[in-house]
Amino acid sequence: MDFKLSKTHLLQQELYRKFAETEIKPIARDMDESEEYSMELLEKIQKCGFLGIPFPKEYGGAGGDVLSYTLCMEEVSKVDASTGITISVHTSLCSTSIFDYGSEEQKEKFLRPLIDGSKVGCFGLTEPGAGSDAGGARTVANLDGDEYVITGTKVFTTNAGFADTFLVFAITDKSKGTKGMSAFIVEKGTPGLSVSANIPRMGIRAASNCEVIYDNVKVPAANRIGKEGDGFKIAMKALDGGRIGIGAQSVGIAQGALNEAIKYVKERKQFGRTISAFQNTQFKIAEMQTKVDAARLLVWRAAKAKDDKENFGPYAAMCKLFASEVANEVTRGSVQLLGGYGFSREYPVERMMRDAKITEIYEGTSEVMKMVIAGNMKIK
Amino acid sequence: MRIVVCIKQVPDTTEVKLDPKTNTLIREGVPSIINPDDKAGLEAALRLREQVGGTVTVLCMGPPQADVALREALAMGCDEAVLLSAREFGGSDTWATASIIAAGLNKIGYDLVITGRQAIDGDTAQVGPQIAEQLKVPQISYAEELYNEGEYMIIKQNFDDRYNTIKAKMPCLITILGEFAIPRYMTVGGIVDAYEKEITVLGFEDLKDLLNPEFIGLKGSPTNVIKSFTKQAKGQGTKLADLSADEAVAAIIQKLDEIHII
Repeated sequence: MDFKLSKTHLLQQELYRKFAETEIKPIARDMDESEEYSMELLEKIQKCGFLGIPFPKEYGGAGGDVLSYTLCMEEVSKVDASTGITISVHTSLCSTSIFDYGSEEQKEKFLRPLIDGSKVGCFGLTEPGAGSDAGGARTVANLDGDEYVITGTKVFTTNAGFADTFLVFAITDKSKGTKGMSAFIVEKGTPGLSVSANIPRMGIRAASNCEVIYDNVKVPAANRIGKEGDGFKIAMKALDGGRIGIGAQSVGIAQGALNEAIKYVKERKQFGRTISAFQNTQFKIAEMQTKVDAARLLVWRAAKAKDDKENFGPYAAMCKLFASEVANEVTRGSVQLLGGYGFSREYPVERMMRDAKITEIYEGTSEVMKMVIAGNMKIK
Repeated sequence: MRIVVCIKQVPDTTEVKLDPKTNTLIREGVPSIINPDDKAGLEAALRLREQVGGTVTVLCMGPPQADVALREALAMGCDEAVLLSAREFGGSDTWATASIIAAGLNKIGYDLVITGRQAIDGDTAQVGPQIAEQLKVPQISYAEELYNEGEYMIIKQNFDDRYNTIKAKMPCLITILGEFAIPRYMTVGGIVDAYEKEITVLGFEDLKDLLNPEFIGLKGSPTNVIKSFTKQAKGQGTKLADLSADEAVAAIIQKLDEIHII
């Protein structure tokens, strides 16, 4: 049993941390205020290899692992959760699905440009009428000769505003329920594909998040990932893995807010001494750091299980459930420690508190996580 | 073209602690980084490789812990890494260090050697020029720009009050200013590769025929640090008012004479 990171992981963590501090932190507030992700930043992220971390070099990836990817998610999310979700959706949901289920030809054509950093991917599963009940999707794909014709509306599609590769889930056989869903790749610019403006949101406002309309979008049958009917399985597996990334993002948000609070309480003086000298402050910080550490260890356990090709799904659900709740508790506690300044938009903790909320919702709500965990424990 | 960049691992702080017995740095417990000027040297070499091809080797003299600095340089894109490390090398001053590095360079071969201008821990700016002296190759210091023209390097030197543009035939040694360029980041894939590569470690036995063993290490160093102390801020000084020019000159000369400057 060893809780230490390897030398490779430590150097990767140093890279992620330095990049986040230097390139992301100075612009995070502006991106949140303008609700627009910086394309210049995205280019730098691509250049450093952050979009292909857990993929083998033979397909243009970095040759890293899931643990390294979680370190990246934590470090970038410490300063900007929007960057975290941008990388996460591209990596865990879109690219991983193609890596896991795509044919060799599809990997060459679609996966390579995603993970060598030349293209960005998104993942369209959620619909206006199908959230936690993803099987209730109404987007359809009808086979017409050697093409599928996709029609429907997806909502809350992260990265859609600038994505090149849309992985979309549609019903190919309504009579089969969830086994009638299939996965397709739609490339940007395909006639009938249209992306809305950013959906106004409470948090992660810099991230692109849009409604995507598929109006008789024709894609070659060769763009179907996996077999017909594999779609739901592909989506669920992607989300299982995605939850590790969201867990890591949550740890990052929490640690980022806590670091701000720690810095503040050492400087802020009230009643003639720094507020760090009050036992209430010390206890509060001790409690919060303990929870963040516990969340991080749950994330690392899930990442290691996925790297070791074990059944990581329940671990991923546990780490996301716990870490997302910790992120909300710790960001709220950090705002409280900063008092009025915490509430002010001059300090980043209010943004972090707003950003934290979504971690309890997307890629499976906390309630869905509990269903997964209890289901795995055979509690019926 | 075989480019070798010499780097130093330095403590990432200005609050350096000294061992009171030896007056050398205590490295333990202080986070270490690649010396910033040397990192600019790595960037210069990698850009030059993009321009003319060839290989970039990173070379460092230091304890085994310097491994991480070499891995970082590999992760930035260097092709190979060499660590000069031996108990006999410990405590070397700039001259002894340059002797050992020159021996290492002669062992591995080079067309162009790049070093940083100076290190943030010692600030001597001596090692680069001393290496060039020992290699008996031209040295061009304070480089702000450089490019290759066949067997020559064209270097723009920045001396604060003027620029010199120098054409130097290779092999030669260039010391780079930190202002040369912002060094590139490592890449994630670069780090994975860096830890798959072997680092060549050259010890005393490997280099003993290429150097004079009497001129290395603490004993072989011509510089001996007698005492290290924090410099006191200068006082107010003496102010002489209402003097004629001749009286002022006489007063200054008398003062200089008193403190044995003239």
